[in-house]
Amino acid sequence: MSQFSALVRVLRPNRRGWFAVLIGMLAIFAADWAIAAEPASAGGRAVVRRLSPGQYMQIVRDVFGGDVTIGGRFEPDFRAGGLLAVGAGQVSVTATGFEQYYGMARTIAGQVVDPARRDVLIPCKPVSANAPDDACARQFLARTGRMLYRRPLTPAELESKVAVANEAAKSLKSFYAGLNVGLTNLLVSPMFLFRQESIENDPDNPGKYRLDAYAKASRLSFMLWNAAPDNQLLSAAESGELNTEKGLARQVDRLLKSRRLEAGVRAFFTDMLGFDQFPTVAKDAAIYPKFIGAVVEQAQEQTLRTIADQLLARKSDYRDLFTTRSTFLTPTLGIIYGMPVDADMAVGTPDPWVPAEVPDNGLNAGILTHASFVALYSHPGRTSPTLRGKALREVFLCQRVPDPPGNVSFTVVQDTTNPAYKTVRERLRAHASEAMCTGCHKITDPIGLALDTSDSAAGFRTNENGAKIDAGGELDGIKFANAADVGKILHDHPAVPSCLVGKLYSYGAGTVASQGQAAYMNYINERFRANGYRLPDLLRTIVTSKAFYQVDADQLASAAGVPTYSNP
Amino acid sequence: MSTSTELATRRRVLRGMMGGAAVSVGLPLLDCFLDSTGRAFAGGAPLPVCFGTWFQGLGLNPGSWEPKTTGAGYEMMPHLGLLAPLKSKINIFSGLRAYVSGAVPVHVPGHSVGLGGAMPKPGVAPGPSLDSIIADTIGSRTRFRSLEVSCDGTPTSYSTRGGNARNPGEHLPIALYTRIFGPEFTDPNAASFTPDPEVMVRKSALSAVSDERADLAKKLGAADRTRLDEFFTSLRATENQLNLQLQRPAPLESCVVPRKPEEQPTGRLIHEALAANKAFAALLTYALACGQTQVINVNFAGTASTLRKPGSTDVYHIYTHEEAVDPALGYQPTVTWFQSRVIEALHEFISALDSFKEGDGTLLDRSLVLYTTDHGYARYHTAENIPMITAGSAGGRVKTGIHIAAPGDSMTRVGLTLQQALGVPVSSWGKDQNATSRTITEVLG
Repeated sequence: MSQFSALVRVLRPNRRGWFAVLIGMLAIFAADWAIAAEPASAGGRAVVRRLSPGQYMQIVRDVFGGDVTIGGRFEPDFRAGGLLAVGAGQVSVTATGFEQYYGMARTIAGQVVDPARRDVLIPCKPVSANAPDDACARQFLARTGRMLYRRPLTPAELESKVAVANEAAKSLKSFYAGLNVGLTNLLVSPMFLFRQESIENDPDNPGKYRLDAYAKASRLSFMLWNAAPDNQLLSAAESGELNTEKGLARQVDRLLKSRRLEAGVRAFFTDMLGFDQFPTVAKDAAIYPKFIGAVVEQAQEQTLRTIADQLLARKSDYRDLFTTRSTFLTPTLGIIYGMPVDADMAVGTPDPWVPAEVPDNGLNAGILTHASFVALYSHPGRTSPTLRGKALREVFLCQRVPDPPGNVSFTVVQDTTNPAYKTVRERLRAHASEAMCTGCHKITDPIGLALDTSDSAAGFRTNENGAKIDAGGELDGIKFANAADVGKILHDHPAVPSCLVGKLYSYGAGTVASQGQAAYMNYINERFRANGYRLPDLLRTIVTSKAFYQVDADQLASAAGVPTYSNP
Repeated sequence: MSTSTELATRRRVLRGMMGGAAVSVGLPLLDCFLDSTGRAFAGGAPLPVCFGTWFQGLGLNPGSWEPKTTGAGYEMMPHLGLLAPLKSKINIFSGLRAYVSGAVPVHVPGHSVGLGGAMPKPGVAPGPSLDSIIADTIGSRTRFRSLEVSCDGTPTSYSTRGGNARNPGEHLPIALYTRIFGPEFTDPNAASFTPDPEVMVRKSALSAVSDERADLAKKLGAADRTRLDEFFTSLRATENQLNLQLQRPAPLESCVVPRKPEEQPTGRLIHEALAANKAFAALLTYALACGQTQVINVNFAGTASTLRKPGSTDVYHIYTHEEAVDPALGYQPTVTWFQSRVIEALHEFISALDSFKEGDGTLLDRSLVLYTTDHGYARYHTAENIPMITAGSAGGRVKTGIHIAAPGDSMTRVGLTLQQALGVPVSSWGKDQNATSRTITEVLG
């Protein structure tokens, strides 16, 4: 129905127009019918992923409340296949990293058993506060363990945790000190720190495997909310509801309707757009006095807000992100863009966010000309068409631009006294004409130069050093005159939606789709197109598809053997 | 302390303490002081050897740093002039290279081969780095198996125990101070020692997490099992820290708790990196002197360094690509200016160790610090003639004051030699073209 209403909205039909609407609807239904069936897929992999810092913090907030402080520091994530979410399946924990996890676990557990919180967070009271209480420890550890491990603890696991808590309570003559030690152990367990995906035989496909219901619940929940499964979802896994088509659809509906979807979508785009690199962004204060610390935070927030507004609130076409002039600004960001933001602010209040419309002057290319992109991919004191072009290709088109080779002579570029090459464009052109450089610079520089009307700190400009900036060029055979044109070309570029689809699948599955999943990926792409490139529909397609939870038996055989484990 | 004592203590102290009898172990300090030379504990055991790496990308200009003569008694080149007073404690290795297949991948050859023994391969997780291999031999009894710091405001480090995770570098001096000398620090020279009963409980509890290992391992493929092994190795490091808190440390005469460093801005402005390096040099010196670790890794400002001068539109790395060679000077002036700051920082670091007196020697004398970098000539990002410099003799295990020229040999020769000098039982090191079994015998003591 949403397609129907969209069609009606677009066509604003008069009486004759209704005929067109009817034809359009028929076309949509025909297209839907043609791609309705999910093709067979080889299945993906069961992946062991380290929790991301965001996921760790979210789980702590969900289980123990938002006012619990974490302390400590997470070790750096690892990017693979263009995503930290894929790299998470390839890293372990270093000694320093574990030391930090241990410190955080102690900090968190200390707060949970603190007299100020224990009555809320611990569901029972011990018979004596100075001695072990098996029943109460068991109740707390079973309940908390289920949320942290994202499945019920096995009887042996629970026995072990209760024994630890009891022994410590006995030694330290305090029930709560014992519980503190027991909870610390849960929080440094690899069962908590790593998302492990258990598998089981797939009854619908004899001889094949699928994630078990708890692993399925986790994949679903981390994908949509960037959080561990909540109680309802775990119960749906426990009861078997999640393994029925209707039950899965019910839970997916619930998760997609929730306000928490925004946190999930933000987490995905934070990963895809490489915002983890932001802490290293510095702009030279002498050259960009307006680029203060707050801008770094707000630049990311501006883009995430815009994305949430466009893709979730307005349910817009994903591709509109490259053309939209609608965004949100704070007074501080307004200064960066040269767009004064009028907001009444008392001294000391945080910067307010206000909706803003970027002028239609050819310099705007949606989120591409946000500070989160143009300032991230720049040098501290000047722009870098090469960095921007490379990022644009890699982030939005999923094209891999090779790293530059070593042993390169830069003699031509370095000679700033040569009157033939006055500007960046001219020097780059001279450099890029060298045989070993030309291949890559041809694909990075033209689109990067189009964005040169955004300076290194994201301010709009039309001149550089008194000379007018020539932002024209060609992207994959299509000519453009300015940044806005590049946004439009990207909007219609076939690689843009398929890149998003690929990344979204990898993000959820923790691994890049294999050759055996090509037909399945085509199916997702087709559905995305048929649904008007709307993100919530795309998410629904992926998380309700069977293939998202199927596990390739060949991939298992290449590992240590088929695991026989299934969850309790 | 032997394992049997440890086991006995664990149970007995736990019970004893819980009975309210905290054990206070007061040993007469004088019995445990250094011997008359100050180089060993009075019992005769030498002070432990220490190892460190100090890394900064973008190489050095060829011809500017290689001494004109080889062997002992070389003259320090002007570019390394600051290091000249320490020449007798310094070895210079020139002509070494990283073997790469095909085009030189940028910014990886030096640390991959020099510190890791192999060029990276897609889909293959790297093996342990040199410092980790050495730490496993010399540093397994210290509170921290190794300590990593980074002077450019990022957690960059080139130390790994294998796998894709790098041991993250601490970038705030104040955080490093708290980590080492915070509440969990046990002063080796304190008059009395009282093990904390809670630490005992915590250690025992943490051991229980390891019970999950066997169950988990059954469910995992080979690659994931390796990651699980790494996780439990890391867990044991924390267990070891707790264990050490329960033992009275051997007194170390020269150990004093340093002053807490001032909060300072960190980042990639050159003066910020220099200040961080200075603060870290002081803290790590005390960490070594107080027996908290025997292995340290310093990243000054990484490969493809983005160090910069205030007000400059470009960073160090960009200058290497784009700055013209000054015809009169014969080199890239700004790039060379940055190199001089790097030498200044390296000098600062080595000097901190050398100015720390222990008996009639210095902390540097029982240490060995290896400097290396990612490229030879940064202007062309070459993988040839990548500088390697060592300072300190590791307690006489390495002869010093020598220039070794080994043109065309792999950087792994230095790594192999240092491992052997520090007692790692190994006869060859490195992979593919970088594999070597040729020790640089000229420097072995």
